[in-house]
Amino acid sequence: MTLKIAPTAALALVLATTALAGPARAAGASDTEQERTARWQEIAKSIFGDRTIEKTDSLVKIDAPARALDAALVPITLTMPEDGQIKAVSLIIDDNPAPYAARFEFGPAADPAELKLRVRVNNYTDMHAVVETQDGKLYEAKQFVKASGGCSAPMGMSDEEAMKGMGDMRMKFAETHPGKPVEATLMIRHPNFSGMQMNQVTRDYTPARYIDKLTVSAGDKTVFTMTGDISIASNPVINFAFKPDGKPLRVAASDNAGGSWQHSFTPPSPTN
Amino acid sequence: MTASAVHSGETAVTGRTLSRRRALFAGLCLCCMPTLGRAAESFTLDEVGPGIFVRKGLIADATADNVDAIANIGFLIGRDGVLVTETGGSLADGQWLRAEIAKRTPKPITHVVLTHVHPDHVFGAGAFVQDKPVFIGHAKLAEALGARGEFYRKRLVELLGEDRTGPVVYPTMSVADTAAIDLGDRRLTFTAHGPAHTTCDLSMRDSGSGLLFPADLLFVNRIPSLDGSLGGWLTEIERLKAMGATRAVPGHGPVAVELAPALADLSGYLTALRDGTRTAIAKDVPIEKAVASVAQDQRDRWALFDTYNGRNVTVAYQELEWE
Repeated sequence: MTLKIAPTAALALVLATTALAGPARAAGASDTEQERTARWQEIAKSIFGDRTIEKTDSLVKIDAPARALDAALVPITLTMPEDGQIKAVSLIIDDNPAPYAARFEFGPAADPAELKLRVRVNNYTDMHAVVETQDGKLYEAKQFVKASGGCSAPMGMSDEEAMKGMGDMRMKFAETHPGKPVEATLMIRHPNFSGMQMNQVTRDYTPARYIDKLTVSAGDKTVFTMTGDISIASNPVINFAFKPDGKPLRVAASDNAGGSWQHSFTPPSPTN
Repeated sequence: MTASAVHSGETAVTGRTLSRRRALFAGLCLCCMPTLGRAAESFTLDEVGPGIFVRKGLIADATADNVDAIANIGFLIGRDGVLVTETGGSLADGQWLRAEIAKRTPKPITHVVLTHVHPDHVFGAGAFVQDKPVFIGHAKLAEALGARGEFYRKRLVELLGEDRTGPVVYPTMSVADTAAIDLGDRRLTFTAHGPAHTTCDLSMRDSGSGLLFPADLLFVNRIPSLDGSLGGWLTEIERLKAMGATRAVPGHGPVAVELAPALADLSGYLTALRDGTRTAIAKDVPIEKAVASVAQDQRDRWALFDTYNGRNVTVAYQELEWE
């Protein structure tokens, strides 16, 4: 539930607001289970057409805080333990202004067992993860999250400051062991403006500017390609695992305003 | 607060009823939550120095019943007029303060200090517009209000209704570094601080009493909330120490305290937050786990710890992971 802005009171207010959920907030907070299901069916149809989506507890699992501490930065973990079966995963935040938050397509160098990202949540909402298996079937998992205002929450700085160093990247590697997948954390400097945040000087909305495409490859093999949207939190951080083959990890990112950035990172040598 | 405690089962919340479960979750204790009437009656002003009156804010979050009267607010009576410092968390809270001033002095309200952008400190300003005072704020306050003012206002209206919320009021005198004003028999010196609690913190020193008014740069008993820069706040604490004051009026907590030990406690929390978050980042502890583990040894020292600490860790993590 809250804004990017912490404050004694900003948070206080939001906590209280979400706790009380007065009539004006009704839209997402007080919807019935039926209304939520209907909304999801509509969204699913717009994304996946008439394809059948089965429920699963084993192919994908969403971990998200039941109540977000910071609606502009809600940490999400997607667990996909079935090795070799997952082709892609989509994350949909049903009640966000742009519900389709991200889609990851995994390549041959991926180990999709666990994927983490940080998102904005604008309202009390169901969150869906839909995986596509190698045989082309779709499976969904769901999690309800309480949060509000994550997309419109102003950043605590000017637009210029928020854009400082845009495209800078860092990669952190966890310990590597021979023959084992390597866990990595990719950090990208980018405000990922949602288009719903007020500019501090012009007092007009800052146009949406967000990373819409991100490809990570190990040598010639793709780890994943992400298609992103305004629901990804500013300064995106993505935690993933890949199968190393001794070559550097290459990252190519681009945004909807024509910005593009490439960086290369060398994983540490495996230790026994 | 634990996520599991409130997980499923809740659907609609009707009207403005506050279920006990939700209240507890939001860090509120129903047993000690005053109704509006009782809150207004129970508020008193303490004279913390000659001609200096301060109302202790509730140690709670904003609710429909408490009209967001959660910050310490007050005023100083000078020879030539009255300076209001901290206006209250809503128009209703500001109107209460204005009425209290009228009971104590016929002098005009000439200055109103807006110490930073947070709603519990600035939404009372609407009550003083009719007095046409000089509204004093940090040079960065106007842009912060521009970005967040309406966002805060909307949320406050949802909670309190339009009538009790009030407008966003902008400063008419901005302080980029330091500034002073003279009330005839006392001089007030203002310092614009670097990013700390927020990006627009303004402190004030009264020459008459020697009291320091650090506003939300100083939290006492209530857990600090981080919305500016963790490193910056620790730096500004050093600056506050060097100002030579022995007593201060914190933004939250008692109406007046000994400055040195209060700053030491604050510094203790912020240092635990910084060091714990740094360690978590270095050990690849992800943010969702860090929020539950960092600075837990400070838990018994601060009211509303469970409501704010995880949030503070989230803010600190974002700042420190790029170090």
